[in-house]
Amino acid sequence: MRKTQIWDHVILLAGVFFMVTPVVLAFLTSTHDAITIYKEGIQFAPGGKFLENYETVLFQAGGFTKEVDGFVMLKNSLILGLGFAIGKIIISMLAAYAIVYFRFPMATLCFWVIFATLLLPLEVRILPSYEIVQKLGMVNTYSGLIVPLIASATGTFFFRQFFLSVPDELLEAARIDGAGPWKFFKDILVPLSQTMIAAIFIIMFVYGWNQYLWPTLITTDESLFTLVRGIKQILQVWVGAQIPAFNEAMALAILAIVPPVLIVVVFQSWFVKGLVESDK
Amino acid sequence: MKKVQFQSRWLPYLLLLPQLAIVTIFFLWPAAEAVQSSFYLEDPFGFGSTFVGLDNFTDTLTSSDYGRVARFTAVFTFFVTFLSLGIALLLAVKADKVLRGASAYKTLLMWVYAVAPPVAGLIGVLLFDQHVGPMVDFFAMFGWKMQIGVDYFDTSFAMLTTAVWKQIPVNFIFFLSGLQGISKSVQEAASIDCRSGLRRFWTVTFPLLAPTGFFLLIINITYAFFDTFGIVDVIVKNEPGNNPVTLVYKVYLDGFRGNDLGGSSAQSVILMAMVFILTIIQFRLIERRVHYT
Amino acid sequence: MSTITLDTVRKVYAGNVEAVKGVSIDIADGEFIVLVGPSGCGKSTLLRMIAGLEDITTGEVKIGDRMVNNVDPADRDIAMVFQNYALYPHMSVYNNLAYGLKNRGMDKGEIDRRVKEAARILEIGDYLDRKPRQLSGGQRQRVAMGRAIVREPAAFLFDEPLSNLDAKLRVQMRVEIKRLQRALGTTSVYVTHDQLEAMTLADRLVVLNGGNIEQIGAPIDVYDKPASTFVASFIGSPAMNLLDVKADGNGLSLAKGAGLSGANAKGKDRYTLGIRPEHMEEVAGPNGGDGLLLEAVVNVLEPVGAESYIYASLGDGGPEIVVRVSSHARHEAGEKLFLKVAPENAHYFDADTGRRID
Repeated sequence: MRKTQIWDHVILLAGVFFMVTPVVLAFLTSTHDAITIYKEGIQFAPGGKFLENYETVLFQAGGFTKEVDGFVMLKNSLILGLGFAIGKIIISMLAAYAIVYFRFPMATLCFWVIFATLLLPLEVRILPSYEIVQKLGMVNTYSGLIVPLIASATGTFFFRQFFLSVPDELLEAARIDGAGPWKFFKDILVPLSQTMIAAIFIIMFVYGWNQYLWPTLITTDESLFTLVRGIKQILQVWVGAQIPAFNEAMALAILAIVPPVLIVVVFQSWFVKGLVESDK
Repeated sequence: MKKVQFQSRWLPYLLLLPQLAIVTIFFLWPAAEAVQSSFYLEDPFGFGSTFVGLDNFTDTLTSSDYGRVARFTAVFTFFVTFLSLGIALLLAVKADKVLRGASAYKTLLMWVYAVAPPVAGLIGVLLFDQHVGPMVDFFAMFGWKMQIGVDYFDTSFAMLTTAVWKQIPVNFIFFLSGLQGISKSVQEAASIDCRSGLRRFWTVTFPLLAPTGFFLLIINITYAFFDTFGIVDVIVKNEPGNNPVTLVYKVYLDGFRGNDLGGSSAQSVILMAMVFILTIIQFRLIERRVHYT
Repeated sequence: MSTITLDTVRKVYAGNVEAVKGVSIDIADGEFIVLVGPSGCGKSTLLRMIAGLEDITTGEVKIGDRMVNNVDPADRDIAMVFQNYALYPHMSVYNNLAYGLKNRGMDKGEIDRRVKEAARILEIGDYLDRKPRQLSGGQRQRVAMGRAIVREPAAFLFDEPLSNLDAKLRVQMRVEIKRLQRALGTTSVYVTHDQLEAMTLADRLVVLNGGNIEQIGAPIDVYDKPASTFVASFIGSPAMNLLDVKADGNGLSLAKGAGLSGANAKGKDRYTLGIRPEHMEEVAGPNGGDGLLLEAVVNVLEPVGAESYIYASLGDGGPEIVVRVSSHARHEAGEKLFLKVAPENAHYFDADTGRRID
């Protein structure tokens, strides 16, 4: 091996070390008991409390009201991730289909209205958004959690881009073959979009799972907390305790990390495709 | 648009209905409310509101607190963008070059993408903890006594490190795919024309990556502005007092804690204007990007 | 099977761009019509209007006795073969063929019979379970044909179906399309920009230029008597030599340069004179006789195998012409040539309108 190649590997290994170590330490910490950590600081080797700690955070109700355990939060995170991803795919595919494949007077206007959402990230309209959801009585409901997040334009743009790249002749051939708008969508376009749907599903699932600000506002009922939303409670209840329970706090953090990371790693090629192409 | 399209009186509207309904209710309406209430002063106890013109804006822009937060946001954004782009580019160039273990490196460097910002913040809190954090021990060896949550600079440092850590994967993925998009024959031609690898990088590879780089610049600025909310919130642990916070965090604080509806709305409107500018730049760049490829 | 009638069909796009300017054609039952012309001549638009993929601005399209202007493509009883085949990438070959039939609600047994029959004719029976991406270009082309055949339509419409194939395959498929059309006897309209494809396939050629018909006729008639300079230069390869000439007493001489004699003026001052490369015969010298005589100097000899082309300049700075000679001819650059043209092989065109003068 030449010298430059050794340097390449040294730099990459340093990068990997920087990226991986924090989570590894978080995991190792989650396998010790709180007293050990409090006395000796962060542990660099696995401890013997793995099963015990994870059982505690998964099945023992904690938090302020003692109503919620890690398992419920895991379930809520899944509902948010899946609900968001599926809802967004359906809604944006339908909208993109209308914009690309139909000729109608208001097409451009509709496109710009959807486009405008890019200019209004949640963070700049937090307060009024919250008030509206409150008026609609959707606070502390799954629909209040999921629906307002669904409508942003990213998914619609992604599918619009993809539909535009589908050769026109396919539509023409399908029309000669007697397929109407619904048949064409169902028989041709959706099957053709499979890879794209998978790619965007991964991105959106991770995005939904990782939502923080919106769930923080909309869910005050602990039984609706997601893992990521629960971080704040973790800080107050576990870390803020007399003897900070870093072990259990980190066990919850690991629970919040593992599902989206697994999906990203297992479906890596789809994920990269979705990320790179949707942001174009 | 397509050469051939379907024609139907009602179907396209039906297809668009769900999206348009949600957009209108949850995007346009709240945004309009934000703009409206930025011109009003609301009584904190809910007894009506009075029109105050641009007062909320002038109050906001002239307050020393806002200035301090804005300065921090600017510095924070600069370092997050610069560091995460720089480190990611270096790693992407190396990952594109190595033959052995390329896919393992790729996976190991990108998976942090899936970690939620507040979770990253929580791990940051652990690593920089006064009592148990290894980073504190590490820097103590150099005589730096870190006090996260107490010392403004130390807290900023922890926040910055966490934010950069979280953002490297996205940049890495884009740079790597950009590098892999550069045709082999161009690289081969360059290696015939130029012996020095470093010079080759700056004169051939880097210019070809520039569209990706510009694009990522905007993405990173947006990230540092908005998506770091979770990191900031977790690291300052509900005690924003003297701690560094970003502009977005202040909108949240003033709106939900301070009950300063008008001020918070005015800040929202200012942020909208910034997003507007960033989006326009981004779209300009996307057009360019299309031409490049 | 059926006739197709186009009656002053026009297509005007947004922005007042007139792509097709009032075209009328009567296509007989079982006839193979080729629409040929350069890109942008309106040939594809015309075909797509027959298919129902483009609206007809004015005029009428009839398939059989039925006016189809407002009939959906699926109900026009036509089948189309696209340039890029437009196979459904996610469906097997079998389902690609069967999709249109299923949509018509045809009985499963009948669908199966038709698909198997088409597969047999096109020799794609072994690939029925494959996806299009697992097929070679030629095989995809066959599947696209198969999709047209199974419908047993009144007419086949072909939109440059061979232009994505390599040269060798193109010749092979050309022969096959012709054979198939003859066997099935289905009325066909075929669009191409390749004059060779047009010549070999067509019962009748329709040469289009700028949205207008330049000429309609059997390939050999079009070749022998091109109606305009446009047709003359478009049909035939190498193209017909076109020379600007002017009246000179009783005879004609080149507008620029020298080396033409023996041509007769026909009452006008200026003409475009057309001579096909194969209609020039090498003679020893200017020894009189009937017909035109050209004097030229050889620039390049280009052997293509079965024959050779001489590129030669007419005297005194005159234009360059192409002469087709036997592959055994030996000529050097700079050599002087005397070329004889029989009177019936000289084509005269109006210098201004480009129309043929007989």
